[in-house]
Amino acid sequence: MEYSAELLKDLYRAMARIRYCEESLIASILNGDVRCPCHLYSGEEAVAVGICASLNETDYIFGNHRSHGHFLAKGGGMKELVAEIYCKETGCSRGRGGSMHLIDPDVGMMGSAPIVAGIISLALGAALAVSIRKDNRVAVCFFGDGAAGEGVLYESLNFAALKKLPIIFVCENNLYATHMPVRECRVENNIYKIAEPFFIESRVVDGNNVLKVYEAGRKAVDKCRLGEGPVFLELLTYRFRGHVGADDNIHGTHTDIRPKEEIEAWFQKDPIRLFENYLSRNKLVNEEALSEIRREVRNEVEDAHIFARSSPAPDRRELTKYVYR
Amino acid sequence: MSTDRKLQYSLAINEALRQMMDIDPSVFLIGQGLKSPWYVGNTAQGLLERFGSQRVVDTPVSENAITGAAVGAAIIGMKPIVVHPRMDFLLYAIDPIINEAANWHYMNGGKTSVPVVIWGIINRGGEQAAQHSQSFHAMFAHIPGLKVVMPSTPYDAKGLMIKAVRDPNPVIFIDDRWLYGCEDIVPEEVYEVEIGKGVVRREGKDITVVAVSFMANESMKAVWKLEKEGIDVEFIDPRTVKPIDQELIVRSVMKTGRLLVVDGGWKTCGFAAEVSAMISESVFEYLKAPIKRLTLPDCPAPASAELERVFYKYSGDIVEAVKQVCKK
Repeated sequence: MEYSAELLKDLYRAMARIRYCEESLIASILNGDVRCPCHLYSGEEAVAVGICASLNETDYIFGNHRSHGHFLAKGGGMKELVAEIYCKETGCSRGRGGSMHLIDPDVGMMGSAPIVAGIISLALGAALAVSIRKDNRVAVCFFGDGAAGEGVLYESLNFAALKKLPIIFVCENNLYATHMPVRECRVENNIYKIAEPFFIESRVVDGNNVLKVYEAGRKAVDKCRLGEGPVFLELLTYRFRGHVGADDNIHGTHTDIRPKEEIEAWFQKDPIRLFENYLSRNKLVNEEALSEIRREVRNEVEDAHIFARSSPAPDRRELTKYVYR
Repeated sequence: MSTDRKLQYSLAINEALRQMMDIDPSVFLIGQGLKSPWYVGNTAQGLLERFGSQRVVDTPVSENAITGAAVGAAIIGMKPIVVHPRMDFLLYAIDPIINEAANWHYMNGGKTSVPVVIWGIINRGGEQAAQHSQSFHAMFAHIPGLKVVMPSTPYDAKGLMIKAVRDPNPVIFIDDRWLYGCEDIVPEEVYEVEIGKGVVRREGKDITVVAVSFMANESMKAVWKLEKEGIDVEFIDPRTVKPIDQELIVRSVMKTGRLLVVDGGWKTCGFAAEVSAMISESVFEYLKAPIKRLTLPDCPAPASAELERVFYKYSGDIVEAVKQVCKK
């Protein structure tokens, strides 16, 4: 497929925004400025970016505990994200949610929640609402390989298939459910096959290749808009950090239990590096343009931290303000 | 419009559903058994024919996903009513109700709310045993972010269902199959019963009795019996378990100095315990006698009719409890 230089640069910028933003949090986590648990998305950028690039702003996504990337890729503001991670009043959830509760309804980021598989049925309901309103939107739920162990996924697959709902089930298989390798969770690691008995179109895709993810996303979105949903996509990827926090392969808390050789092998498949190589090898976007993007992104990240640090904490008098509307 | 039209409790709910779906295209009904008359009585009658299967969605047995779907649809602006014809089965859906719906508005800083009605029907008695008999109103009332309503009359059933649908927060609407046959005057027009507002069903000076749902009806029967015996009961039906109408109950106890709370739920950490604590904390000095709770014993519902007779509480038990508190 042919892609415009604009699209390629957009994909690159979107991945760079996630990577630089995630890695900028390490220092703040280690020095205690950021206290709320952060599940960093470094290494998985191509999934959020490829899928969200195939959606319209009016389409809906729901995320999980590891959703900084989904929030940014769908169009959420970096200042509001970082301020939320610092639990400030200016954050996207006004400091009531923290890193695991990210929302921006204006761009279709409808929320995220760390109860594993908890948001799958919420996206199912968004797709059901779309089918009642007939407004031709698409709903996406992002979940991990761990969620394939939860019953609600299978209930949701059945109901989505039964009603032909416009929903894309996006399984980000990063091989670990917190500490537990997928081989200790499942008899086999072909998660995409769980959709087959429900007669749902289902594919496994290289989740570190942003163009392949984008193509799979486009096809899935087209099918959903034609009323031929749902679609199930399994994206094979890997997180560069541990399950939570800095939990570090590079800087040193060393609570990561994954084999060093495995981590090294996946570093070689860094989705951003792969994409850079692809762009320069095929002379699609020159290094100067990429470096300009990186410079802009670094400035944006710096501004986001300045904004977050200088923002006020929520007011104690407003502790119970949002319990009810 | 007729002002004295009588309607059954279940048909009052049916009318509320029909009118809300007529008025607002974002309202839809989803859950198990909507096509099955023995599941939801006649509460859903005529709705499928009128609104079609897009808005009256009978579902497979998947409480977790279906309740989650109702919550998700509410998050993007619909007003779903999800029905659980037997409340016991709703426990499969605790995650979308408590973790998601109840917390959603708060944990997202008020960015979106969840205007969903979660409707659970209590189906007790008839030797149905432990898993076809439970009421979980106290459990849900414990959770910040949820509202819990339990109408005891056809009038309140219609008005509270309408208000629940219009409320921007998740509302647990609990009714009791034992109420479905009772009949009362129900206005034909659309009206609301405010959530959190109780009602004094009988004024009296000797003792305050508080009860919701089916136990409100039994309490009213007890009130008439006690009247003949010279005990003047003030009976309050809070109608809403959460938020409870504290002012109404407090004012009553300040007048009578005695309190009996009757509940169709269990005793420990229950609705009766909550009302009792509320009164002890706020107007203890007005009490002339210890507060009494008349509830189900801390025991699963038995099957045997012989055991059911001592497990469930009726007007006779309420009469006895009132006499104990009044020492008459």
